[in-house]
Amino acid sequence: MSVVLIALLAVPLAGAVLLLLTRAEPPRWYGAAVSGLTLAAAVALAVAFDPGRAGRAQFQVDRPWIPGLALRFHLGLDGISLPLVLLTALLTFLCFVYLTRHRPEGGRFRALVFTLLILEVGMIGTFLALDLLLFFVFFEIVLVPMYFVIAVWGGAGRGPAAVKFILYTLLGSAVLLLGLLLIWVHTGTLDMVRLAEAHGSGIPRAAQVLAFLAVGLGLAVKAPMWPLHTWLPAAHTEAPTVGSVLLAAVLLKMGTYGFARVAIPVLPEGAAVVAPWLGAFAVAGIVYGSLACLAQRDLKRMIAYSSVGHMGFVLLGLATLTPVGINAALFGNIAHGLITGLLFFVVGAIKERYGTSEMSRLGGGLLTRLPYIGSLLTFAAVASLGVPGLAGFWGEMLALLGAFHPAPTQPRPLFLTFMAIGGLGTVLTAAYFLLMLSRVTHGHPTEPVRSPEPLPPPDPAPSSERTLPAEPGSSSGYGLPSELGSSGPHGLPAEPGPERSGVEQEPLVALAETGTEPRVRVSARPGEPAATGVPSESAASGVPSEPSKAPVEPAAEETAAAGGEDSWSAAPERDAATRETVEREVSLAGAGKGTVPPGPPVVSGRPRDLTPYELAAWTPLVALTLALGLWPKLLLSLTDPAVQAFLGVR
Amino acid sequence: MIQSIDYAAIASPLILALVAGLVLLLDVFLPRRPGTRAVLGYVTLAGVLAALAVVAAQAVQGARLATFCVPARPAGPLRPREEPAACSFIVDDLTLIFAGVILATAVVIVLLSMTQLARTPAPAAVRTSLDPSLSTPANTGSTSASSGPTPTSTGPTPASARPIPASAGPTPAGTGPVHAATRPIPAGEWYFLLLCALTGAVTLPASRDLIMLVVALELVSLPVFALTALKRYDARASEAALKLFLVSVVSTAIMLFGVSLLYGLTGSVHLERIAASLNAPLSAMTAAGPVTTDATSAAALSATAVPATAVPAVVLTVAVVLVLAGFAFKVAAVPFHFWAADVYQGAPVPVAALLSVISKAAGFAGLILVLTIALAGQSGLWAPIVAVLAALTMTVGNLLALRQRHAVRLLAWSSVAQSGYILAALSVAGKTAAAASIAYLVIYAAMNVGAFAVVMAAGRAGERNELEDYRGLAFREPFSALALAFFLICLAGLPPGLAGLFAKVVVFREIVQGGDGLLAVVMAVNTVIGLYYYIAWTARLFTPAVAPGAKPAGRGAIRPAVIAVAVALVVSLAFSVAPQIVLSAAG
Repeated sequence: MSVVLIALLAVPLAGAVLLLLTRAEPPRWYGAAVSGLTLAAAVALAVAFDPGRAGRAQFQVDRPWIPGLALRFHLGLDGISLPLVLLTALLTFLCFVYLTRHRPEGGRFRALVFTLLILEVGMIGTFLALDLLLFFVFFEIVLVPMYFVIAVWGGAGRGPAAVKFILYTLLGSAVLLLGLLLIWVHTGTLDMVRLAEAHGSGIPRAAQVLAFLAVGLGLAVKAPMWPLHTWLPAAHTEAPTVGSVLLAAVLLKMGTYGFARVAIPVLPEGAAVVAPWLGAFAVAGIVYGSLACLAQRDLKRMIAYSSVGHMGFVLLGLATLTPVGINAALFGNIAHGLITGLLFFVVGAIKERYGTSEMSRLGGGLLTRLPYIGSLLTFAAVASLGVPGLAGFWGEMLALLGAFHPAPTQPRPLFLTFMAIGGLGTVLTAAYFLLMLSRVTHGHPTEPVRSPEPLPPPDPAPSSERTLPAEPGSSSGYGLPSELGSSGPHGLPAEPGPERSGVEQEPLVALAETGTEPRVRVSARPGEPAATGVPSESAASGVPSEPSKAPVEPAAEETAAAGGEDSWSAAPERDAATRETVEREVSLAGAGKGTVPPGPPVVSGRPRDLTPYELAAWTPLVALTLALGLWPKLLLSLTDPAVQAFLGVR
Repeated sequence: MIQSIDYAAIASPLILALVAGLVLLLDVFLPRRPGTRAVLGYVTLAGVLAALAVVAAQAVQGARLATFCVPARPAGPLRPREEPAACSFIVDDLTLIFAGVILATAVVIVLLSMTQLARTPAPAAVRTSLDPSLSTPANTGSTSASSGPTPTSTGPTPASARPIPASAGPTPAGTGPVHAATRPIPAGEWYFLLLCALTGAVTLPASRDLIMLVVALELVSLPVFALTALKRYDARASEAALKLFLVSVVSTAIMLFGVSLLYGLTGSVHLERIAASLNAPLSAMTAAGPVTTDATSAAALSATAVPATAVPAVVLTVAVVLVLAGFAFKVAAVPFHFWAADVYQGAPVPVAALLSVISKAAGFAGLILVLTIALAGQSGLWAPIVAVLAALTMTVGNLLALRQRHAVRLLAWSSVAQSGYILAALSVAGKTAAAASIAYLVIYAAMNVGAFAVVMAAGRAGERNELEDYRGLAFREPFSALALAFFLICLAGLPPGLAGLFAKVVVFREIVQGGDGLLAVVMAVNTVIGLYYYIAWTARLFTPAVAPGAKPAGRGAIRPAVIAVAVALVVSLAFSVAPQIVLSAAG
């Protein structure tokens, strides 16, 4: 099975290298296929994983790589890393599924797939590594791809956000490296398994404190711990949807995983000294994150700050240094990954439809306007605020429980205070999520940003508007990347122009009501061959399949009533139907003319509700949130033995 | 005394010197045809490759060769103790790894030179007729036809030689100078000088006495002045050459002063004998001569933990500081760094690459030899100085690089910063410390020369070579852009540039092990600062250009440079996947 373990890294890497070798645009299922294979490998490992020995690393691969640095290529899976590896593989796959239709602005799809695959290598590798330096190398691998995801495919303020992200995290990693080397100097080994078994013997107390400070600082930047979180809101707000999802769901976990895997087991004395401070910063983060959320007007930014709060609970769990607390942290990790991933997906979808995630401009009544997306947003928000029965609850509850009985080395009154403040934090969390829901999903269904004309210049928030809402006949939106192959001479984003309306289509009404295939007319631009639609394609993927057919119909009726402007009502269908044509045209035209029509589910009157790709990407997250909420033992039985072993309880 | 010379030991510098002579002869006797320049280039390349093959063979053989030896002398009336046999030229592991790096880099630089020389005769005849004042050679102010004579460069003293504003700037690697059109860079001289510098650079790491070290170092430096100035009538090149000349001469003078003090203190020029003499027991000291026993020297003795030596501590300190300062000039360490950017920018790109890698490697070779052999026992004296130099060098280099908008200037300051990292490892003062700094140097050489190669291959003639010109390079020249991105990320020390990352880890490990936490933190912060400008440049490569860039220059002219990029890329990738190659060679 250790071959499968290597495959977890090799498959995405090979997929990325393959992209580098060919110059052709990959098929749009390429990323999903590669990450699907990776997910299959991860699931195979999970099946083969022996839960009875979850405390020990299984499927180990251990080879010398750089003897000069004592660096070994040492990988393995145990109860702590398995859930995170599964989470990473799953979320990357879901991101790619989502990407097959919902591409961010910025074009260069091939480069995006490449970047995300490299990111996946780094993320999975971090959770697999059992060698300190190898851990560090994988920890670093994610930096450059994430930088480019934000800097190339991000929102209006992407440049500064990306720089902030990479500078903060690199400063953290540099300090982390110093801490790891300090451990190495004192123990002479980089093997995490041996170091964890040694429980800090051989490292003097002062060195342990120093090393824990250095390692902890590096990990805390990544986690992020208040007050080192300031890179996070900017990065989250500007990143494209998939970037935000992976950043929140996986990258942040690398920090807390590092605490559970490296800092606390290897440096127990240092941890005991620093833990009260860690706990204090954690609760400060909980309260600060919640209060900051209350003040946010932008949905994405609000969820970013909510991550600060949730990671505060995770860090509080870690700070207790008890099995309960650390289990809580690991549970909270996974729950936060699932729920916040879902939240970012949903908010990304809303932003995609309305061109903004500003609450004041979104207006209320989302449940009426987009019932399915509105319900999912409600579900995710409720899960995130920690309602019992959903995954978010257990992480917070167990963390508070851990703080109630902290480790004997820790001052109990202090942790009781932390617990009280953390409890207050849960209330605040509920407050801001409910406030958000009352603003966005409830209320009168006003649609202030929907208008046939392009919007007037948006209010001062600079990040809100890069995507103008669709205007009939010449909308932009997101849609196909302007540049379908990097073979094109330049990657200017497609400019909205009249030529874009070269593709016209019958309204969706006909499709939805009669079930016939849409008739697609492609009015060829001068000098290019006229192409006809591809009906089979549209029938296969454009039309929502059974479960999601219903939500389309109200929209269709509405558009039918709305009258003449409806040639764009079937944007996704048209998109699906004409994409092949368009791609061909674009490749003929040299990929630089900006003639690509948009493919947003945006219509003149009303945006489209859930698309099949969104449904496919989000359903597993919903299911897992429910499953873990109802059956927490599923996860705890995996993590608990490893935690017990790390803390030397057994 | 008749010296027997081991020609196998000196084979590689000998080959280089002979090929240098051959190139000069060929240049004289071959007919002046366009192909001649290429022939000279190929001959040079063959010579460098032959020397590299010799080095490789010596490395495989693994024997320690020595020549130019003096026999041991017993203690006599003039000598307080026996002097062991000492050799001036030794080929050992250290020599071979330096020679290998220098020659491998030289291959890339020769390839770049071929591009540079093929590029020179560019169309500029019209401009000449437009501006008759440019025809007088005395007018060094002619930078380009559009900007006219630049007022700053008529008096090329270091004081007046401030950087010319970039908007009016000439093209450092290009065809801006009008007379370059009528008088191209002479290929014969170019290759001759290049080979001379290489001869010196290969000799230097084998030198084991002070005289030989100084001579070899000068042999590296002197041809570079001329190489820098070979772009005749280019104001910036002339300025750069003069600046380099003055700085280098001053540093040589300083170093010679230090060397002479060392000689005077120890009575020997051989590094091993110096070490033996400095570490001699105190009893020998009284026999050696009068010793200053004033309070200051005693304090200095105890404070710096110098073992009881036969020499006055103050004089020794002065000598060490002077020698260090001399080498600091060569490796462009702060506070002797200020020449770097102007010289790099003014010189043709291959010469800048030579300065930043070969010249620097030679400087570090000398520094390592002097510090770890001759002054090995005095590490308490020089290690703190080197640590301070290192911290200053990396910080100042990085901070200056932050502000640069010109590609070569940025690389110049970044290579100053990288010198700081190399020095940082050296400051720990141990056997493994030298190995760490050599490992860093080797990896640095590969990635830095690669970056210069891309600048040469992608920075087309006639362009300003500013960072903005690299915007959207990924769409025009994907190979060059990807290679440059890789080199820059390597230099920043981030994955996927694992070579750079591991190089930094080696140095960090050495510093942490040495217990110099402060320096480690300074270096950590510097890594972050450095990342900023590397990543900003890298991001530009992938940002769509505002206006579609010019078409790449003719493929034929570019090809050697592209090969150079490929060579550097392959080596850097190899170092990334298996850095053990470097670590085991250096250790």
